[in-house]
Amino acid sequence: MSATLMRTAPVLRAAARASGAVKPMAMASTSFVRGKATLPDLSYDYGALEPHISGKIMELHHKKHHQTYVTGLNSALETIGEAESKGDFTKAASVAPLLNFHGGGHLNHSLFWENLAPASRDGGGEPSGSLKKAIGEDFGSFDTLRKQMNTALAGIQGSGWAWLVKDKQSGTLGVVTRANQDPVTGNFVPLLGIDAWEHAYYLQYENRKAEYFEAIWNVVNWKTVASRFDKS
Amino acid sequence: MVNFGNVLQGYLAATQQMLSGDQLNNTKMAITTYTLPTLPYAYDALEPYISREIMTLHHEKHHQAYVTNLNAALQAHVAAVTAGDIASQIALQASIKFNGGGHINHSLFWLNLSPSDAPETKPDAAPSLQTEIEKTWGTLDAFKKAFSATLLALQGSGWGWLVKEGASLRIITTKDQDPVVGGEIPVLGVDMWEHAYYLQYLNGKAAYVENIWNVINWKTAEERFLGTGESILEAPNGSI
Repeated sequence: MSATLMRTAPVLRAAARASGAVKPMAMASTSFVRGKATLPDLSYDYGALEPHISGKIMELHHKKHHQTYVTGLNSALETIGEAESKGDFTKAASVAPLLNFHGGGHLNHSLFWENLAPASRDGGGEPSGSLKKAIGEDFGSFDTLRKQMNTALAGIQGSGWAWLVKDKQSGTLGVVTRANQDPVTGNFVPLLGIDAWEHAYYLQYENRKAEYFEAIWNVVNWKTVASRFDKS
Repeated sequence: MVNFGNVLQGYLAATQQMLSGDQLNNTKMAITTYTLPTLPYAYDALEPYISREIMTLHHEKHHQAYVTNLNAALQAHVAAVTAGDIASQIALQASIKFNGGGHINHSLFWLNLSPSDAPETKPDAAPSLQTEIEKTWGTLDAFKKAFSATLLALQGSGWGWLVKEGASLRIITTKDQDPVVGGEIPVLGVDMWEHAYYLQYLNGKAAYVENIWNVINWKTAEERFLGTGESILEAPNGSI
């Protein structure tokens, strides 16, 4: 997974290692303070995906929406930590939907920013190498994959995401959708995510979401997707 | 200012006229063709709280898409019934629910909004409902606070509703375009899809929720609460 996304991971792992040596209460308060999620920086400017995604959309999407998920995730983790330290597991369990929503939102957007790139740099075109071969085997052609993704995106009822995923067991590629901010977990490795929430396109495309789903292929970063595929 | 009786009668007349030539004869099953209802106010009438641009797109594009897709799904469903194709009938359920729900929800929504200078937007226009609200939440303000908090806690797309269930009032949410069709009576609905506010409020949905109270049509809410208005859910032949 991405370096930016996981930049809190070493702290979390350190906290986990330390947990055996400290009392439960101390562990909870320490690890949750130290493991705070932060908004990752983008590796391109807000305007760099234009004309396919406007600078205003990118700025709001990153600075406001993603930030809200980061804040919500930290708040959910804090509530769980406090509940855990008091042995109030009912309270801890009640936060699960918030953890899923905000944690998923943080994860999904972190993956999304990195699987996009300016069309003038790594964005657009077609995948190459082992990924290209796998797409050919599992979808028939790159064009079929594109069509399947766009059909999946158009079929989302409400807010959600479509993903190109790799099945860990069979090793095959597939297209899945997730509602709201539900993250891709379990048997699937997320390779490429496309955000179908209205906030991802509405200021530019309004109700014409099919145009957004067409345009976004111009800024897909296949290098990132290929590297996720090769590492999985 | 706004005569909803006339509006609803207008829908009925228009729909019956349309239906006379629009039934599917080849299937031996008459299916209703739904149409986009006319708004009882102008697109800019809810400004400054909901912009003309939002209202235009929301009604002309979004609501129209639900109507179009509902009619397509229902036609396909009739064909599947006629063909005895149970698999297709089941596969169409999601589309009927989503698009039918979208049509019902928006039809309810337009009528429970009103220009802010109309007397309908004063809570006094709903005396019986207000009494019941105070019985349940203590004060109207406490209800508004609880309703707003519920709206803001919604994850993803959906709606917040004040519903009457039996004799009591409750606040509920429905996801995406799920309609309130489980026996409760929808008294008041607020659309929390991003398309309902984004062009004007961007990510500031709390401001949208705060402002929408200025354009709530309490007279419609009272009629739904008392069951005295024409129920758009029970109106026959696609009159919504």
